[in-house]
Amino acid sequence: MDKLLEVKDLVVKFALRTGTLTALNGINFSLLPGERMGLVGESGAGKSVAGFSIINLISKPGFIAGGEVIFEGEDISKYNFEQMRSIRGNKISMIFQDPMMTLNPVLTIGTQMTETLLAHKQMSKEEATEIAIECLKKVYIPSPETRLKQYPHEFSGGMRQRIVIAISLLTTPKLIIADEPTTALDVTIQAEIMDLLLELCIKEKMGLILITHDLGVVSQTTQKIAVMYAGRIVEKGKTLDIITNPKHPYTQGLIKALPQTHKKGEKLYQIPGIMPNLNQIPSGCPFHPRCTFKKDICSQIEPSLKSVDKGEVACHLYA
Amino acid sequence: MFAFIVRRFLQAVFVMLVISLIGFSIQHQIGDPVRDLVGISVSKKEREALREKLGLNDPFFIQYGRFLKKALHGDLGRSFFYKKPAVDVILSKAPATLELVFVTSILVIVFSIPLGIYCAIFPKKFLSRLIMGASVVGVSIPVFLTAIMLIYIFSVKLGVMPSFGRGELVHIGGYWYSGLFTWDGLKHLVMPSIALTSIMLPLFVRLIRAEMMEVLESEYIRFAWAKGLKPKRIWFVHAFKNTLLPVITVGGVQLGTLIAFTILTESVFQWQGLGFLFVEAVERADTTLLVSYLIFVGFVFVLINTLVDIIYGLVNPMVRITGKK
Amino acid sequence: MSTKWQQFKNSYFFHSFIHDKVAIVSFVVLVMLVVCSFSAPIIAPHDPYDTTTIDVLDAETPPIWMEGGNPNFLLGTDAQGRDILSTMLYGMRVSLLIGLGAVFLQAFLGVVIGLIAGYFGGKLDSLLMRLADVQLSFSTLMVAIFISAIFQAFFGINKYEELAVPFLIIVIGLAEWPQYARTVRASVLAEKKKEYVEAAKVIGFGSGRIMWKHILPNTLSPILVISTIQVANAIMSEAALSFLGLGMPVTKPSLGSLINSGFEYIFSGSWWITIFPGILLVILILVINLLGDWLRDVLNPKLYKG
Repeated sequence: MDKLLEVKDLVVKFALRTGTLTALNGINFSLLPGERMGLVGESGAGKSVAGFSIINLISKPGFIAGGEVIFEGEDISKYNFEQMRSIRGNKISMIFQDPMMTLNPVLTIGTQMTETLLAHKQMSKEEATEIAIECLKKVYIPSPETRLKQYPHEFSGGMRQRIVIAISLLTTPKLIIADEPTTALDVTIQAEIMDLLLELCIKEKMGLILITHDLGVVSQTTQKIAVMYAGRIVEKGKTLDIITNPKHPYTQGLIKALPQTHKKGEKLYQIPGIMPNLNQIPSGCPFHPRCTFKKDICSQIEPSLKSVDKGEVACHLYA
Repeated sequence: MFAFIVRRFLQAVFVMLVISLIGFSIQHQIGDPVRDLVGISVSKKEREALREKLGLNDPFFIQYGRFLKKALHGDLGRSFFYKKPAVDVILSKAPATLELVFVTSILVIVFSIPLGIYCAIFPKKFLSRLIMGASVVGVSIPVFLTAIMLIYIFSVKLGVMPSFGRGELVHIGGYWYSGLFTWDGLKHLVMPSIALTSIMLPLFVRLIRAEMMEVLESEYIRFAWAKGLKPKRIWFVHAFKNTLLPVITVGGVQLGTLIAFTILTESVFQWQGLGFLFVEAVERADTTLLVSYLIFVGFVFVLINTLVDIIYGLVNPMVRITGKK
Repeated sequence: MSTKWQQFKNSYFFHSFIHDKVAIVSFVVLVMLVVCSFSAPIIAPHDPYDTTTIDVLDAETPPIWMEGGNPNFLLGTDAQGRDILSTMLYGMRVSLLIGLGAVFLQAFLGVVIGLIAGYFGGKLDSLLMRLADVQLSFSTLMVAIFISAIFQAFFGINKYEELAVPFLIIVIGLAEWPQYARTVRASVLAEKKKEYVEAAKVIGFGSGRIMWKHILPNTLSPILVISTIQVANAIMSEAALSFLGLGMPVTKPSLGSLINSGFEYIFSGSWWITIFPGILLVILILVINLLGDWLRDVLNPKLYKG
């Protein structure tokens, strides 16, 4: 099957007043049509930047410094603004982290839904409203006709995220990039929203890139996983393989830190140390200062991704 | 929404009461209604009799009550200098100021919105830097100095523009004599309105730019980009509509600044409006007129601020529906 | 001491200063103006307050490069025969004095009120902040104009002129405290949550000590940014009041009253009496505003607006 998306050696840098920082250090991954992948890592690992750089929407001083983003056979990272605009919200939709902030407070839900359709498709406002109502039904919002006339603040957080999901469905995209879609929500509705997202992806045959720090969520939703650390992918593979048999010490730490895996009465595990700042990335393997298996080579040479068993891992332990 | 309007209205009434109390205290302390009425050539005994008759020896709050009752009927006392009811004097001067403010507002709105938006969207472009540089210079030149420069260049040196007064006026009705309908009247309006615009425009350009830049950084704007909307729609619908709210609030506060600058502008151009009247009343120690002016300005101030709040409520769905701010 | 200086030289603040031409020029000009104005009694060629040296026959002498100029009076003389350059230097000193005094008063009031409101919270806090809202909804200049008009009517013009300097400082200084109060209050609220304030409390330091030693240093950069802009505004307000005849008297003029006293003479062509003080006033306000803008960009503090 042809790949839906292929990210090749993608490099993203931030031009700051004090110098240039490298946020993504040549990452590679690919996705088949309808396939679901998790991008996992602690905050600051560069997973959100990776998600946003696919549709070239990195926040201000950031820019794509190299590599390719091949979507349906074309390198969209070289697209000009107008070409990219026809992709955004049309073939590739995004779901943001905090639904309280993503909807414009002074426009009705209806306006914010129909405008997306009108920006991409030749249709009348009435037709657009019909589709908007359809999509609100798909995300189980009751009485969508009246809800369209309301403003975001009249909805709860969970409802708003449903609306954001509905917006992402409008144009029946090929790919959805969801950036921590449940982090800002109440724990009680997190599962509900994830189930909805999964159900819709399967039903509409959409690809999904799920950006999250929560391996538990990823394990129930996706078919494969890429683990990120300090702007690099350190481990890739099938979800089941990674969850049951993690290779990289960092991935092992992440799984050990999951509340689900921890035994009663024991203290919850924590990976020692913190993610380095982008301007202070250690030499060699960026994870070595926090790693319990570190060898001399780890602080000198940076390991590259190599095939180990069914997956790929960047660690000197498997050399 | 209805409850919101009622609450704002009650607040406005309360503020007006406070203003009138302050106004009355000033008049009570330093004014001399007897002098205002009969001049200074009347004997002491006759004055004392008149004081008693006018109730000026009554307790403060009884006099205040009387003052309030009269004020509600549109009577704020007589001007010592004009020998006319102060309200009449004020109403006859108000149109001049209104016309000046009207023309200035149009100039400010027409220029500040596009300039402010442009500078917010393209902050790095040369033209934006030029506009922002000019606006710093603009806010640094006092309005009276701009006015003096204009007079020196265009009236004294070149002799092409009138330097003072309102020129030929047309009677519209009531107190209204307008300068908007004659060539001469419009010519007289040019320099005062340019002077006033020169200080108000930079203030608003900077305000709109700052607010809009903040909005452009927000998550919902980023989401709008992610939806693939056209830039024009994002700037003018998504961002500008959210910029309007703070601009309206701060713009309401700028009304006081506008009143102050109007006083300065009118006094340079001897523009026969309320600002000039105020300066004259101070110089002539015309207390009744001074207090009437303060109450009148206070009234306009409260009225406009209340209107601004209500407009804010109309623009902001959060207030419109819940009635809360 | 030397290490502090080294630290400062290596700081981002200093780095952006020496790379910003506008900031350097503004700073140099401002320092020159301040030095000139406060050394006016030494460097001014004439003493404009000394009536014995003033000769009315010198009145309205044009600047030296114009026909009829007098080498004694570099920038000409005013209608009473006073040397313009000297009156400008003395006038700028008065303007600066009132501007700085007013801002000092605003900052003091605002910081104290902000600390109290933020630290004690509760009803006192909401009362003070409501007061700040009300205060902010009036324009300083408008309030200052009205209050001085009332005071002038109350005291009579002669008495008023005696009290002009402290009065102007108070009138301009009383108005703008809410900006400081809000900023300080916000950072107090932010700091209060942090552990070290709790710790300091537990150790038994008094609330006063905690506020001055721990919280205040954190608010320095917003206070600096606000103050710079406010000095420019205060000088502008003083000039406006003096121009209306509600500020400094002609006998002890500020730049504003100099512009006012020269205004009527532009019609007879003696532009220098009003234009020179005017240019000086604009330069003074402009360099302060430019420095303020630069400071805001560099320090980038969270400011709380109206």
